[in-house]
Amino acid sequence: MLSQILRYILFSIIGLIFSLPVMAVDINTLMLVNTCVGCHGPNGSSLGPATPSIAGMSKFAFIQAMQEAKRNERPTTIMGRLARGYTDEDIETMADFFSEQKLVVYPQQVNAEKAKKGARLHKYYCESCHRDNGRKDEHNSGILAGQWMPYLKISLLEFLSDRPAPTKMNKRLEFIAESYGKDSIDELVHFYASQKEQ
Amino acid sequence: MSNLSRRQFVTIAAGSVAAAAMVSFPFIARGANQKVVVIGGGSGGVIAAKYIRMADPTIDVTLIEQNKYYHTCFMSNEVLSGERTIDSIKFSYKGLNKYGINFIYSRAINIDPVAKTIRLAGGEEVAFDKLIVSPGVEFKWDAIDGYNAEVAEKIPHAWKAGSQTVTLRKQLEEMKDGGTVIISAPPKPFRCPPGPYERASQIANYFKHHKPKSKILLFDANQAFSKQGLFTQGWEKMYGYGTDNSMIEWIPSHEEGEVVGVNVKANAVIAGEFEDEYSADVLNIIPPQTAAKIAIDSGLTNDSGWCPVNQKTFESSLHKDIYVIGDACIAGPMPKSAYAANTQAKVCAEAILSELQGREMATPSYVNTCYSVVGDDFGISVAAVYRLENGKIVSVKDSGGISPLDASAQTRKYEVAYAHSWFNNITDEMFN
Repeated sequence: MLSQILRYILFSIIGLIFSLPVMAVDINTLMLVNTCVGCHGPNGSSLGPATPSIAGMSKFAFIQAMQEAKRNERPTTIMGRLARGYTDEDIETMADFFSEQKLVVYPQQVNAEKAKKGARLHKYYCESCHRDNGRKDEHNSGILAGQWMPYLKISLLEFLSDRPAPTKMNKRLEFIAESYGKDSIDELVHFYASQKEQ
Repeated sequence: MSNLSRRQFVTIAAGSVAAAAMVSFPFIARGANQKVVVIGGGSGGVIAAKYIRMADPTIDVTLIEQNKYYHTCFMSNEVLSGERTIDSIKFSYKGLNKYGINFIYSRAINIDPVAKTIRLAGGEEVAFDKLIVSPGVEFKWDAIDGYNAEVAEKIPHAWKAGSQTVTLRKQLEEMKDGGTVIISAPPKPFRCPPGPYERASQIANYFKHHKPKSKILLFDANQAFSKQGLFTQGWEKMYGYGTDNSMIEWIPSHEEGEVVGVNVKANAVIAGEFEDEYSADVLNIIPPQTAAKIAIDSGLTNDSGWCPVNQKTFESSLHKDIYVIGDACIAGPMPKSAYAANTQAKVCAEAILSELQGREMATPSYVNTCYSVVGDDFGISVAAVYRLENGKIVSVKDSGGISPLDASAQTRKYEVAYAHSWFNNITDEMFN
């Protein structure tokens, strides 16, 4: 009986400690980010099949994506139209929130052979910036590992045409496409999509 | 809470309730728990119920819904074309049990705003401190001569997804190649402004692949419609629109397009001021609409047939402590769409939470995103961001709008994939 009460008290204290940061989430932040999650999924982890997850993106990557969308400097379907509805402060608030969310990865139908080939391409040409198999967002690229395949493909094809990217990346992507053929982009897509959460 | 998974949240919430009980949080000390009741388990209602419980588990939340399963209206046009099954748009409320929402599966008949009680179909009464009404639309059964709820079982409206969606699909499947379908679109405002035109598109797509000699006559009580330029472009590209062989013919109101009656025996509609009769193999009558019956019967509507509300809180302008969200309410420029209802629900939940917790309300933010799938690899969208200015919901200047008219084939294709993602994410938020 006593141990039960002790356990109850312990549980309650732990609950209280954990609930403090929960209570601390700013209501204005929630109001803003809650308008995003209907499309981008719970806390920014999309259930797919195409809309990208935005959970865990670095703050800078998020702001850059929204600002470029706002100014039509990167191709989007709907996001440019929506981004123009928010102030710079709104975007920073959203960036703060989503950069702190853990990306939840949902399984996708991946071709193992393509993923294997993609793994090799990634290792030689991409890993130096997109470290840990694309799990890290250190260079404001967003997280590639576990991202939705159609979105990965759309983005890679955009970078191959005229979407702005670091010179090194442009050169390497072109080199991959030229040297390894058309399927190489697909192989990278399958590789990143095959990455599980860690 | 939002940086935690739902399961973690529930565990922690349970812990914090226990902890709160021991250290006596001030808002616990006020005595009996506040009772919030929600009428209607659709795009607005479930979100409001869930968000209130997630933010404050000390509030007692009850959701009254007449059906055990919900069929989403959105994507139901893809059921008509055979692109998806009826089961793919069917959802149970079981996934919401983890939030501790009380469910009453019954029909709310009337609201007493003074006694603050709701009467249910079985005669029981449910008391509330705050009530959110998210009941959707009702059809004006007296608006189209010869058309009523009973006739609609045979000549479906299919404007509330479910059994009538299945009926209409079956009729389209049984129709001979070379047959004609008549769709009648009601005067604005109505649920899902681009819906009738997406429906014509989806049926045309089915015909194109399976019954290429068939035709759709789209009778319209309006002169113009949502995303019209984009629909027209898609119809021209895929369904021969504008040519002699067009699969879709659109008949606007000034060309006698308003349907005023139905001749059930002849399977025909009567349209225009000269009341000409047009028969077809399959009829789909989408009747004119108002706010749902419970809203009318409870005195929440004005002369327009819709519910006027405070644009910041969604509290009814006619009754205190009763809030109306979704299709039934008048929300400035916001359309009667699922995503609009979704963000209205979140604003309304915050309005109620802030009042019950005795704090200032967050600055409201509202969004609409709405996709239409016009055909294979051809998706279009409309979006808007809204904010409150001088007590009114306004669309943020220079934002929002429709997909570009000159978009590439790739973009149209992506928008289909995003439309399906939209469906997956919004239904997950509603039912999980």
